[in-house]
Amino acid sequence: MTVMEQRGAYRPTPPPAWQPRTDPAPLLPDALPHRVLGTRAAERVDPELLRRLYAELVRGRRYNAQATALTKQGRLAVYPSSTGQEACEVAAALVLEERDWLFPSYRDTLAAVARGLDPVEALTLLRGDRHTGYDPYEHRIAPLCTPLATQLPHAVGLAHAARLKGDDVVALALVGDGGTSEGDFHEALNFAAVWQAPVVFLVQNNGFAISVPLAKQTAAPSLAHKAVGYGMPGRLVDGNDAAAVHEVLGEAIAHARAGLGPTLVEAVTYRMEAHTNADDDKRYRDDAEVEAWRAHDPIALLERELTERGLLDEDGIRAVREDADVMAADLRERMNQDPVLDPMDLFAHVYARPTTHLLEQEAQLRAELDAEARHHEYDENDEHDPEGNTR
Amino acid sequence: MTTVAVKPATMAQALGRALRDAMADDPAVHVMGEDVGALGGVFRVTDGLAKEFGEDRVTDTPLAEAGILGTAVGMAMYGLRPVVEMQFDAFAYPAFEQLISHVAKMRNRTRGAMPLPLTVRVPYGGGIGGVEHHSDSSEAYYMATPGLHVVTPATVADAYGLLREAIASDDPVVFLEPKRLYWSKDSWNPDEPRSVEPIGRAVVRRQGRSATLITYGPSVPVCLEAADAARAEGWDLEVVDLRSLVPFDDETVSASVRRTGRAVVVHESSGYGGPGGEIAARVTERCFHHLEAPVLRVAGFDIPYPPPMLERHHLPGVDRILDAVARLQWEAQS
Ligand SMILES: Cc1ncc(C[n+]2csc(CCOP(=O)(O)OP(=O)(O)O)c2C)c(N)n1
Repeated sequence: MTVMEQRGAYRPTPPPAWQPRTDPAPLLPDALPHRVLGTRAAERVDPELLRRLYAELVRGRRYNAQATALTKQGRLAVYPSSTGQEACEVAAALVLEERDWLFPSYRDTLAAVARGLDPVEALTLLRGDRHTGYDPYEHRIAPLCTPLATQLPHAVGLAHAARLKGDDVVALALVGDGGTSEGDFHEALNFAAVWQAPVVFLVQNNGFAISVPLAKQTAAPSLAHKAVGYGMPGRLVDGNDAAAVHEVLGEAIAHARAGLGPTLVEAVTYRMEAHTNADDDKRYRDDAEVEAWRAHDPIALLERELTERGLLDEDGIRAVREDADVMAADLRERMNQDPVLDPMDLFAHVYARPTTHLLEQEAQLRAELDAEARHHEYDENDEHDPEGNTR
Repeated sequence: MTTVAVKPATMAQALGRALRDAMADDPAVHVMGEDVGALGGVFRVTDGLAKEFGEDRVTDTPLAEAGILGTAVGMAMYGLRPVVEMQFDAFAYPAFEQLISHVAKMRNRTRGAMPLPLTVRVPYGGGIGGVEHHSDSSEAYYMATPGLHVVTPATVADAYGLLREAIASDDPVVFLEPKRLYWSKDSWNPDEPRSVEPIGRAVVRRQGRSATLITYGPSVPVCLEAADAARAEGWDLEVVDLRSLVPFDDETVSASVRRTGRAVVVHESSGYGGPGGEIAARVTERCFHHLEAPVLRVAGFDIPYPPPMLERHHLPGVDRILDAVARLQWEAQS
């Protein structure tokens, strides 16, 4: 007999009043990733929204290409491209009301830009001049988050606080498939469900966490299934179908706004480029796999829908592309200027009330900078140095 | 003049009173953690708060420290002032990622736009016969993280005053509560109006001329006892209670050491890589020409916290402090 058999099956004996909260089946409504484009459902979508999504997708791809080019010119330290995933990024940005909050991860620059953030400000983290180049309150975008899944409990806390204050605010948090293995993911989902917090989690399942495929990340039938254990709905959506992502997120947000609690949305998509410009994806996947996904490109899917229904023509496409080019040219030009940085900023925002040792260190740096400036002057004038030493 | 008989309060009660008063003064203050509601916390610090302020403001959270601190971060982002209780020192470790990567850095990352005014209360230290993982002195980890304030009271009055200050602070504060002083009492009157010291000021608890004992939290009463005992040996010891580890009050400490010329740092956390090394270095840098002997440290051993039946051998007690004081007669020795 095994130990488990000796012990008997694990059967907690709940008090009589205890009832399972829900039948799990209704929590998982999608047998397959939900699709809208190319189906009858697409006809119900506002054409204006489709055109808006399209324009943002094209701009987004152009942005990814431009940012990747900037890494080659040494203007950006690193860039994690979201090419292939633009539908998730753009839908996440457009589905939110102005008062709502977005909690992006490091790959979600596009979502932040589509929400209205200045394209240059969105890149400062990756350029390396500022951790967060924007005021999070201005567009209600939390700082792009580098440690995996740690932004998810923040989203839950903010949504919870908003509800306590009586504000009609929903938080949308983005995370990758790899991030779903982190403890913070589980704790955030559990808190959200217990508190019925108005928060929506969007997992962009792009197939890989750097090099590790989903099959090595989880044994669950889908990432959406993970919702059930916490008692919240898990939705599955085609992450390359911008209209479908927008629709599913929209339903989840309406659900949250109505006080009905959180939803976990898994968007099935694919990362068409390497993890970042520094990664070599040939080591862990075949070209054939990448090629197969090209047939399901998010821009092509939406372009086909729009053109077949006469909502977009050649001129319209050209106009959208030209607009994207203008954005990219502006981005290139502004990123080609060296950022002006003040070293004293190092100390400016550590504490509201700086500690004495920080004040001392601040004075030390100030003195070093002054000395440096004096020596510059001296070099330029090629005269005696101000301390009276001869060269 | 009438004298009102004051029922002495314990440190735990003073902390609870500080929470209560802070919540009454500012609706943004929220208390959250494991068992802080109906139970009042395992040390009863939050006793009665849930009844008075309701579950929305005094929340029994799921059992998940990263989740507790991580959601508190989000709540602070939205303008609340969460006061988080970590049940025991060693159970705060799952939340370190949130503390170090986000709580300590959010103001800096966002260039001042997103300060996080939150307080993390951590019962810490040994001496109460706790089993494994219930007696850690974790202050060195917090001190090593720029962006956090780290404070620890040693008296009932300071427990109240410092906690009020911590909650009012716009910087995140790790508030270390010496467990073994939770039940200590002094004649603090909970109903008297009282001023609070800004965080960052040390205090001379006992004046003396022959050497300074620099200490904080649970070691303060031990040092005071040692100072009394030292009198018999002809030593007149000054005792400085730091109260705040970050910011560090160099002024008070240096002034004392310049007066006495000799110093011993006393704390119960491990010595190697511990707070004493930092403090000794600072004192040496500032008071080198006034020192008659090297700054000595009396600390816990560099071991994982021992089982309760052995903890008295680990914790710095009066004898070990007196031994160090004897070693301060450096010239005579060498
Ligand atoms: C806590 C943590 N561990 C490790 C890393 C290093 N890292 C950065 S991205 C990444 C893979 C993340 O994969 P996934 O969550 O699927 O997101 P994707 O990059 O595919 O968008 C890893 C391991 C990190 N950023 N944070």
